[in-house]
Amino acid sequence: MSDSLVQARGLRKWFGALEAVHGIDFDVQAGEVFGFLGPNGAGKSSTMRMIGCVSPRSAGELQVLGMDPDTDGPWIRSRLGVVPQQDNLDLELSVQDNLHVYGRYFGISRAAVRAKAVELLDFVQLTDRAADPVEQLSGGMKRRLTIARSLVNEPELMLLDEPTTGLDPQARHLLWDRLFQLKQQGVTLIITTHYMDEAEQLCDRLVVMDGGLIVAEGSPRELIARYATREVLELRLRPGARNGWDETLKDVADRVEELPDRLLLYASDGEAALAAAHQRGVQPVSSLIRRSTLEDVFLRLTGRSLVD
Amino acid sequence: MTAHGIAEPGSRALSGWQAMLRVVEGLWIWYRRNWRATAVSNVAQPLLYLAAFGVGFGGLIDASPHAAQATGGVPYLLYLAPALLTVSAVQNATFESTYPIFSAFRSQRTYWGITATPITPAQLVTGQLVGIALRLTVSATAYVLVIAPFGAIRGPGVLAALVFAVLCGMAFSAPLMALAAAWKKGRTPFAAISRFVVLPMVLFSGTFFPVSQLPRAVQALVRISPLWHGTELARGAALGTLRLWPAAGHLAYLTALLAVGVLLSRWRFRVRLTP
Amino acid sequence: MRALQELSRALGAPRAGLLMRVLPPALYVGRARMLVLRASRVSRNIWIMILSGVCEPLFFLVAMGQGLGGLVGAVVGPAGQQLSYAAFIAPGLLAASAMNGAVYDTTYSVFFKLKYAKLYDAVLATPLGPMDIALGEIIWALIRGGMYSAGFLMIMLVTGLISSPWAVLALPVALFVTFAFASVGMAATSFMRSWQDFGLVQLAVLPMFLFSDTFVPLSVYSPAAQWLTQASPLYHAVTLLRDLTTGAIGWSMLGHGAYLLVMTAAGILVASGRLKALLLH
Repeated sequence: MSDSLVQARGLRKWFGALEAVHGIDFDVQAGEVFGFLGPNGAGKSSTMRMIGCVSPRSAGELQVLGMDPDTDGPWIRSRLGVVPQQDNLDLELSVQDNLHVYGRYFGISRAAVRAKAVELLDFVQLTDRAADPVEQLSGGMKRRLTIARSLVNEPELMLLDEPTTGLDPQARHLLWDRLFQLKQQGVTLIITTHYMDEAEQLCDRLVVMDGGLIVAEGSPRELIARYATREVLELRLRPGARNGWDETLKDVADRVEELPDRLLLYASDGEAALAAAHQRGVQPVSSLIRRSTLEDVFLRLTGRSLVD
Repeated sequence: MTAHGIAEPGSRALSGWQAMLRVVEGLWIWYRRNWRATAVSNVAQPLLYLAAFGVGFGGLIDASPHAAQATGGVPYLLYLAPALLTVSAVQNATFESTYPIFSAFRSQRTYWGITATPITPAQLVTGQLVGIALRLTVSATAYVLVIAPFGAIRGPGVLAALVFAVLCGMAFSAPLMALAAAWKKGRTPFAAISRFVVLPMVLFSGTFFPVSQLPRAVQALVRISPLWHGTELARGAALGTLRLWPAAGHLAYLTALLAVGVLLSRWRFRVRLTP
Repeated sequence: MRALQELSRALGAPRAGLLMRVLPPALYVGRARMLVLRASRVSRNIWIMILSGVCEPLFFLVAMGQGLGGLVGAVVGPAGQQLSYAAFIAPGLLAASAMNGAVYDTTYSVFFKLKYAKLYDAVLATPLGPMDIALGEIIWALIRGGMYSAGFLMIMLVTGLISSPWAVLALPVALFVTFAFASVGMAATSFMRSWQDFGLVQLAVLPMFLFSDTFVPLSVYSPAAQWLTQASPLYHAVTLLRDLTTGAIGWSMLGHGAYLLVMTAAGILVASGRLKALLLH
């Protein structure tokens, strides 16, 4: 317990009548990458803002780096690196001035912040854009600059709210690579995302949030084992084909899900399930056997309907 | 054309008139919900200026012997009222044809939404300009209606003054719109334009005092100002002192400026929207 | 540029000590000057900045003083002396530009950084608190206002519109006026919801600009209108500055000063009470 960097017990947040976080418990250990997964409105960002000491909690306990955000906010923030959901770079300043000015907010000396900026721009591959106005950067470059900015105070704990949303695959992979490097340097990372592949790639441990509550917790592998099967068989059906197959196929798989155009059979052996389905008269247009992913876990836990 | 006004394949897309009306309708729907924000600056501003300078101060000026000579013996309130009508049209036109245009291209990107429909960039320019002209007319009419009971106008000539004021506003609006459409950088020059172009124009174009009070060299410079031409027209119409040839000259200048502005705007809109 | 940064440090540092003891660290960590540093980085060219700030009152001074002054002739000054119209409006314009600058810097400019640029979200993720931000913005408004006022006073001096050595006090008084309006502006911004609300700011500022004895001598109004004018904070600022530039020194100046002092205190009180709710939610 003593080496957890963030500890929450019964943590709640409400805005007037709207309750965003309904009482959650979690621990983030030093050196791990901890993920918050969940659909929009699940309470991830509210939780991140409470950890970041910019949003006072409404009830419950919260300790960050062993301190209380309500009273020790400035000291906690001086050891945090924050990458918000939407880049809030200073558009009126150049790339390097963004780092200089931000470093000065942390009270870092001019000489030190200048040296640090050179190092960070190299780390995020923006050295040749140092003197450009931020405005001219692409989305991926801005994201990298935001990450560089969050590192200016050499944080022990980083909070990354949807770090790769809206980026192209190249930019995403570059960011993942940088986050791995940080983890190897011993930085603890807390990430929110709704990209399942990202969570599987990066997180040691994660919690799935839905409607302000934590609905599952564990490593990606554990969650898949607990909430999904080893494989998934997807059968694409002819449009307008009869429904009710889930009854017929009930005992072929651990769980059968019927979608308008597809049948999903969660089974440990996809080939065997396919053979059994054929035997019972299912004639799919096509079939696909794949490994279960966190996405299956996610959809199982939070449902398929849109949350807005 | 079908019953829904959708062009059939092969027929000409949309007549300019219809397209323009659709753009204006879109702007009007926005205005109906948001007019309060600009009502203060558009109508209250000239009224406050008129109250400050025309009413109490007017007595002080009318009492001075120099003044009667310079204003042609007209009471200062009557002298000032039509000029503020024109000033207000130009100031509103400046705002309406800079930030909203810039933002429709850049942050809100609404123009790309509009030109993804059958409406062409040139039709969009016309619609946007007509929309601005309508707003100027609404504000100017409100101003005239408020000042009329206070004896700040002399007669029906003020209706012609209203038209001239809107024309003057549009002559300033169209070229600015071209600039706003061409501007791609984040730091806009619009604040500088209102500070270094519009403000001196308002102060030195014969609004508060006759241009004859200024040094000769400055007087020559004032003739470039569209506001001076607009003020001459509006004041002449409101006071019934307009003479044919000077009026024709002022009208020609403003119309030419408007025409150049429209052409430039069409060009910039086309380049930006259909590269 | 360096001089500006030195100045900002000098202004920011001594405040830190006292406020640090009064305010909880969640609100204030004594680094307001870092925001001033940011502002000075953004406005790279001070000369252009000063020029643009001085130009506006200067245009009014030349146009109204020259053009309208020619029609009006002389007006009666605060001590009953005959005053050229230009010398009458110059201190009024000085006060009005201090007001306009302070209100702009603490309303439009702050609102934009708050809601659109999300600048303060980024600042609050560092150790800085809401009070560092508010003070930083106010100090920056003071630095700018001070430069504009100094520039305009130089012009008044050169063009012979100053008739008393008491005018040396006009610069600190103009700074005080800036501070008073900046604190009220900051308080007003904490209530703003959208751009629509700025119509109200204009509705407050424009009548003050036009009716506070700035352009039109108070004596032309009816007694009721005179009383109304005297309620306007800008009236007190204009009167103080006009008394100084024309040398009409008297006890009434203390009253004008007290009005502005109360206004400043009210502004700070409201702003500091609301900042936390505004920025940390």
